Amino acid sequence: MSNPYIQATPDQIIEMLAAVDATSIDEIFNDQIPSDLQHKDTFDIPTALSELELQGHLTRMAARNQAADSLTSFMGGGIYDHFVPTAIMHVANRSEFVTGYTPYQPEASQGLLQAFFEYQTLLSRLYDMPVSNASLYDGASAVGEAVFMALAVHPDRNRIVMSESVHPDSRALVATYMAHFNTKVDIVKAGNGLTDVQALGESLGDDVAAVVVQHPNYFGCLEDVHGIEKRVRESGALFIVVADPISLGVLAPPGTYGADIAVGEGQPLGLNQYAGGESVGIFTCKSEFMRKVPGRLVGQTKDREDRRGFVLTLQTREQHIRRAKATSNICTNHAHNALRASIYMCLMGPQGMGEVARACVRNTNRLKSAILKKHTDAIAFTAPVFKEFVIRTNRPAQQVRDALLLKGYLAGTPLFETCGSGYENLLLVATTEKRTDAEIDGFAEALGEFL
Amino acid sequence: MSRRIQITVEENNLSVKERLDTQTIFELSVPGRTGFSLPPEPPETKGVCADVIPERFLRETPPALPEVSELTTMRHFTHLSGRTMGVETTFYPLGSCTMKYNPKINEFGAGLPGFSNLHPDQPASTMQGLLEAYYQVQEILGKLTNLPGVSLQPAAGAHGEFTCLLMAKAYFDDKGETERTQVIIPDTAHGTNPASAFRVGLEPVEIKSDSTGRIDIEALKKVVGPRTACLMVTNPNTCGLFEDRLAEAAEIVHQAGGLVYIDGANFNAIVGRVRPGDFGGDMMHINLHKTFSIPHGGGGPGAGPIVVRDFLAPYLPAPTVVKSNDGNYDFNFDPRSIGKVRSYFGNVAHVVRAYVYLRQLGEQGLRDVSDYAVLNANYLLSLLVDKYDIPYGKRCMHEFVIDATRQKKMGVKAVDIAKKLIDYGFHPPTTYFPLIVPEAIMIEPTETENKEMLELFAAAMIDISNRGSVDAADVVDSPLSTPVRRLDELGAARNPIVVEAL
Repeated sequence: MSNPYIQATPDQIIEMLAAVDATSIDEIFNDQIPSDLQHKDTFDIPTALSELELQGHLTRMAARNQAADSLTSFMGGGIYDHFVPTAIMHVANRSEFVTGYTPYQPEASQGLLQAFFEYQTLLSRLYDMPVSNASLYDGASAVGEAVFMALAVHPDRNRIVMSESVHPDSRALVATYMAHFNTKVDIVKAGNGLTDVQALGESLGDDVAAVVVQHPNYFGCLEDVHGIEKRVRESGALFIVVADPISLGVLAPPGTYGADIAVGEGQPLGLNQYAGGESVGIFTCKSEFMRKVPGRLVGQTKDREDRRGFVLTLQTREQHIRRAKATSNICTNHAHNALRASIYMCLMGPQGMGEVARACVRNTNRLKSAILKKHTDAIAFTAPVFKEFVIRTNRPAQQVRDALLLKGYLAGTPLFETCGSGYENLLLVATTEKRTDAEIDGFAEALGEFL
Repeated sequence: MSRRIQITVEENNLSVKERLDTQTIFELSVPGRTGFSLPPEPPETKGVCADVIPERFLRETPPALPEVSELTTMRHFTHLSGRTMGVETTFYPLGSCTMKYNPKINEFGAGLPGFSNLHPDQPASTMQGLLEAYYQVQEILGKLTNLPGVSLQPAAGAHGEFTCLLMAKAYFDDKGETERTQVIIPDTAHGTNPASAFRVGLEPVEIKSDSTGRIDIEALKKVVGPRTACLMVTNPNTCGLFEDRLAEAAEIVHQAGGLVYIDGANFNAIVGRVRPGDFGGDMMHINLHKTFSIPHGGGGPGAGPIVVRDFLAPYLPAPTVVKSNDGNYDFNFDPRSIGKVRSYFGNVAHVVRAYVYLRQLGEQGLRDVSDYAVLNANYLLSLLVDKYDIPYGKRCMHEFVIDATRQKKMGVKAVDIAKKLIDYGFHPPTTYFPLIVPEAIMIEPTETENKEMLELFAAAMIDISNRGSVDAADVVDSPLSTPVRRLDELGAARNPIVVEAL
């Protein structure tokens, strides 16, 4: 049988066809689809492989990749080689979680609904924001949705101001999302690795719906969020902050410095790097915007017998009810990745989150200090950082990256590849809690000749 | 000791069973308890943090996350999984969602560390294996649809719709046809269609379906014109019917200079038999989590690749993966691309799963998908046709809609039938969609179910209808077998509690 997941036996097929008054499956199709629309020829796709053959085929394919399990990774810029506790996959991969769908029937899905309610609560507490939704696609699209929401809050404003230090994919996404939405996106320079706060202030006006800042920013630096918030507040725009959830183990959360909307990429919370393809978009905001939130929201309620229960709530915001007037077009979100992030936060708890974040700071500082010892001008930006920073190399950073690959290092992101010209000799490196002192010292040594 | 335990229970006014059943992870927290294992923190670490990070940036108090052990965490989430239905728990005929079996070999492939530990900024030369899978999925989807331009970047079906409409807008802008701002959408469409159109700054124009549940060609002719950007059609549509006049409708739209968008949510009904590019589609999204067997994850992640005609391919989100003459794979950034709709390359883990599925099934296996999805749906429909009203005839594609108006007259609505089905052990079908059928129950059995299961489900449906005619209250009172009874959804929306209070 060419499809091992089909259960009908030849006898059953005959019985079923008889019941539907047909002599063949073809007849059922021919009855409904004009013959000239049916493709009778080959599709010319690769031939089928059995499961036995596929196991070998896939193993060989995966072996053609050079991944962080065989190399030492100093890569960051949005996706990180953080510790993933073993327990996460063992419980997250229970088939009810994996094979269920959006809990439209709450009585049959209390477990999922409670898990999403807990996810919302965990992120609300981590970011110190009163509301979290039940997830979006990724960090970049969370920025896009935040911008859409700001425009809905301020329908009379049509300009967005973003710092150049926001992740380039997020900036590109907002440009794409806004291209036909009658909204201008202005980028404020971040010349020395930090948003030019004065230029940002000057770019503000009563036509600006939102200001987007990332902290720690794409270059690893801590932004003057307090100074920025003050200026944003004066303009009446919404303050959208992009924050790495891991940083919040040590850094003050966005709720404490006036963020109206705080978003982030949730991959560092126990998800695989997967070439950036195993993400979850974190979306939190102030209570006053709850009815404008994009995507699913789970709420607590009671059943007929006064027992606590959970339901999808404020569904009139959503596309399946409100259609064109919905707060977003999102339907399927990233529920399973959100679940895994929840399990991570439960396992780590306040103490583990603190330890991981402090280990990132310590390790990053160790690498930075080791470099500075011999190369005082090799650190491109002087601002305080959390877990990554930019190194100035003595030749194009792509060449440095390629040379260090031969020594077993994933050395970082050449910024020319993500930020373009002007960034040729700059390399973005991240040092997570996973890096050992020996790895850090060895990497600093290996970098030496390129600084 | 036992006295003290009793007091605790009484203070919380909950039975022991109820406490075990309903506690949140926050209520299980005990200060000082931990569930992680990290190397011991070097003594100087706290000092380093204080030295390198100015005080104004530091968190004053740790986040109020639960303090629980690994066992408590595992037990808690295992308990929650037990209060959730999945495809591997029971038959899950949720119409339009294609809740079919998710092969485990997909998970084998997706779980290989050589894939899962890659960083997106690594050079292409270090991820040739991944890029080959990515490229192959692009190629195969292009061939199955006869729409050769492919992007795997959109993260879900609605995201794919949005992306295609952005591309349509860019295409018309390039042609100077900026007046094309309308998207024509039949009234059977998913809510995401008009929502996506609005997001691109386009105006949805709804047209009524004809009496057979299909596009009304005359209604289309009335609204199509120089302002038409797209016709947006699901085929087979949400009534489970093939839009047999779509080629004619596409011709009308093309004549007027517009494009035809195919919502591919129901591609599983025709894959391996019909190529949407052959019935006039110019652009389409595909739900990998429907047709191509990747798991639904309790609501995602999904993946919504898009496939388009040659002349639209330059506008695809960047990058796409290309194969060079030397057989190596690389990223391609077309300067005319609309840009990015997601970070990096899309839901790559799902691309790997889809690759595994496509390779395991091959051409005949994919044709089996549509063959048996359609046979199963028609068979199940034949079992229900006597008891329930069938608005659109006795033949369907991969799913069908029944109308519980007859049952409603007895006091049993579609929602009641859905809830009662849970007591029989089934996940309910989709209800009250499509919107044009008043008491709609939309049933999609998928190709992976067997005849015995379809018969059991039909027996339950018939039994519920029979019960309804003698004792409607019994049905309306359901579900009784679930951890909670029907929930106060109005109350939840009136006074929303979306996070647990500290």
